[in-house]
Amino acid sequence: MLNKNPLWRYLVVVGVLLAAFLYALPNVYPEDPALNINASRGGVVSETTRAELEQAFVAANITAKAVTLTEGQILARFSSAEDQLRAREVAERQLGGSYITALNMVPTTPGWLRAIGASPMKLGLDLRGGVHFLMAVDMKAAIDKNINDLVQAFRADLREERVRYRAVQADLDRSQVQILLRSAEDVAAARAVLGKGDQELMFSDGDTEHSLLVSLSENRVREIREYALEQNITIIRNRVNEIGVAEPLVQRQGADRIIVQLPGVQDPAQAKEILGATATLEFRLVDNDSDLGAALDGRLPAGASIYRDRNGMPYLLENRTMLTGDHITGATSGYDEYSRPQVSISLDAQGGNLLSNATRSTIGRQMATVFIEYKPGEERNEDGTPVLVKYEEVINAATIQARLGRSFRITGIDNPAEAQNLALLLRAGALIAPTQIIEERTIGPSLGKENIDLGMTAIMWGMVVVLIFMVLYYKAFGLIANVALIANLILITGFMSMIPGATLTLPGMAGIVLTVGMAVDANVLIFERIREELAEGRSVQQAIHHGYDRAFATIADSNITTLLVALILFGIGTGPVKGFAITLAIGILTSIFTSVVGTRLLVNLIWGGRRVQSLPM
Amino acid sequence: MRIFSFTEPLNFMRFKTPALILSTLLVIASLTTITVKGMNWGLDFTGGTVIEVGYSGGADLSQVRQVLADSGYPDAVVQYFGSSEDVAIRISPREGVEQSAISNQVLSALAVTSSEPIEMRRVEFVGPSVGDELKEQGGLAMLAALIGILLYVTMRFEWRLSVGAVMALGHDVIITLGLFSLLQLEFDLTVLAAILALIGYSINDTIVVFDRIRESFRKLRDATVHETINHAVTSTLNRTVVTSLTTIIVLIVLFTMGGALIHNFATALLFGIAIGTYSSVFVASSLAVQLGISREDMLPPPPPEKEGEGTEPLL
Repeated sequence: MLNKNPLWRYLVVVGVLLAAFLYALPNVYPEDPALNINASRGGVVSETTRAELEQAFVAANITAKAVTLTEGQILARFSSAEDQLRAREVAERQLGGSYITALNMVPTTPGWLRAIGASPMKLGLDLRGGVHFLMAVDMKAAIDKNINDLVQAFRADLREERVRYRAVQADLDRSQVQILLRSAEDVAAARAVLGKGDQELMFSDGDTEHSLLVSLSENRVREIREYALEQNITIIRNRVNEIGVAEPLVQRQGADRIIVQLPGVQDPAQAKEILGATATLEFRLVDNDSDLGAALDGRLPAGASIYRDRNGMPYLLENRTMLTGDHITGATSGYDEYSRPQVSISLDAQGGNLLSNATRSTIGRQMATVFIEYKPGEERNEDGTPVLVKYEEVINAATIQARLGRSFRITGIDNPAEAQNLALLLRAGALIAPTQIIEERTIGPSLGKENIDLGMTAIMWGMVVVLIFMVLYYKAFGLIANVALIANLILITGFMSMIPGATLTLPGMAGIVLTVGMAVDANVLIFERIREELAEGRSVQQAIHHGYDRAFATIADSNITTLLVALILFGIGTGPVKGFAITLAIGILTSIFTSVVGTRLLVNLIWGGRRVQSLPM
Repeated sequence: MRIFSFTEPLNFMRFKTPALILSTLLVIASLTTITVKGMNWGLDFTGGTVIEVGYSGGADLSQVRQVLADSGYPDAVVQYFGSSEDVAIRISPREGVEQSAISNQVLSALAVTSSEPIEMRRVEFVGPSVGDELKEQGGLAMLAALIGILLYVTMRFEWRLSVGAVMALGHDVIITLGLFSLLQLEFDLTVLAAILALIGYSINDTIVVFDRIRESFRKLRDATVHETINHAVTSTLNRTVVTSLTTIIVLIVLFTMGGALIHNFATALLFGIAIGTYSSVFVASSLAVQLGISREDMLPPPPPEKEGEGTEPLL
């Protein structure tokens, strides 16, 4: 008998290897230091901005490889990190505060590779440096706020419907509202009044006589939690953009957590402060009676101060606040009846009353919305943490058209993006649940670089030692196993680059080293089996055939269990450990392929097609 | 080239009792040290803050300790990390402070007092609740891996082999944990990953042997149980040793060249794989024998009688 390869086997092996090789190729090309420039808060980056910037670089004697504008973002590539840093200074001077510049490394994958969707492997934060935060949303606070709002609303509703009550109290420990009434009729009346508008409230009799307990349905609780989480994610996204990081990641994890990853952040302390900053909103009346010009010259009228908007436009606002942002329960952007962008705002009961009183006699006057944020400034406290500086900014001024209540809207906004931003900022002012950083992992840029070098050296040396050992031990067959091992490494790299979620981490690199050691196992099993078959007196061709066939069952059995473990690791692991699980799993699959299919092809090709008396092993 | 070339099967079963006694002793010793000394849980499991700082001209540990004590962290553990230029500072979790701000305070205190510029290399902060969760998840993962393997091996082989394999695995894990406890090496998430990888590797080894045991039972009709197992273990010995060798070689490379962050990961795997190789050769099959495995258990089940067999077809 002879061992010949069917054509399809050649096609499969060559096809798979070629694909893996192509997709692994982008990793070979170096990265360019680059600068990302975005507009902050609703501003726009235009072709003019790009052209001006390019000129500014030329004027400053910085050679940029390319300055391109795509999807409202300018990307400038440079040939050295030095140019990149200088260019950042130039860009910041040129563009001013309403733009955000971020340092970045961008791949130089050639066009034909990008055309087939090939891109380099994503590196984990432990390899590229950066900050990883896990933030927990305080859901109890969100529920508490809701219960407190309900208390306010119930009091108002009961008063309005003339149901007399002794007390409406919040029982925050049990997340319910307790209503004490005077008679059974009142209990029934209260139930009817309060249950009318809302299907998601659950009523039960209280412990004491003539009392009523109201709690939130599971559905409602879930809604509140979802809303709190989504709101926080939106706010964090917005703030992350302010930090100026290329490719930030803000992602929810589980029911109440948010992952924030900021690659290449230079100052993690600052990032932490920005993420943790508190924002509030205030509504104030515009003082039209006094002279703005005089005020700007320093003659401030009593009871008013100057505020500015993003563009530096001054407003003279009354010191008395009409309403603070913590009464806002929701804000959404949309369009009014003339298809103009608008923002609808809803308030809690107390806020509704306050605003209603405040706008009773002020129809026709202007109301300004002031956004207040505490951001870390240049100055430092004694303990080294930055001093928080209060930034106040007018984000909108609109004429009061009618007496306002629990829900109202702001119209006359320039464009939909602006409306969306305003809604977001309004919601930010009414953060219903605070967040807390519960896990932080920061890797400095130089350590990341060191980790890559360490990992690469370990992979290289591990490889070299194993290659030498295999040749010494199995001679010509060792060479074949080595070809498989190298193919295996290309396959792992290719797959890691192809799979969108796969990230290379330091433990992941350790996983690759481990795979190099373990990947030869399948070949060892096969070769040992062939040796045994030969020792039992089978012919060379039969030994090859049986060796591969018999070893396959063993290889499958033993690798499925390891794969099982890799999957479990992937399920429980976070960040770096997940990276290890991915490389381990991919390594197992590729090593089965290269040894069972790949080396068989080579062995058959070399020895399978002719009559040989012995094998060089 | 061959490492072993035997014409006769080696008598591994002769070491059955000594091996089982040795393993039992090792497991008891490991469990004792784990209970008495406990594990040196890493940051991932205890919560707290680790800050790694680089001093380009070499660090003075006593000065760093002094600065930390002055800033209100007298309990901080300060050690060199990898080289004398790197210092790792570990601060245990504390109540009532904004925990995530600790690293900022420490870094700026060190920067102010140091005559040369210092470099922030790494900051890890894990809140206490996260630490507890990771501990729980880690334990669950190990259990899930062992149960998953138990089920798979039972399905593919036989319950005695399955129990033998999983007990041998437990043995490998416990003794490796014992070593970490004895030497008080830090047990963090990467070590947990290493232990799970070890479970994967070790079962791989055991299954290769078991696969051969099954085959040998079917092939060698007249041999006793002991002879069959000896035959199977001997014929897979070359493979076991070669694979362990290549794996151990790369792990030594990883241990020496992979840097300080990978050190404990490599240690766990190196030691674990040595133990795992021993257990798949001497312990796993011995346990199966002890549980009373016989040839009949290993033969393929007779084909079940098909319903309606032997009756005349209706049409």
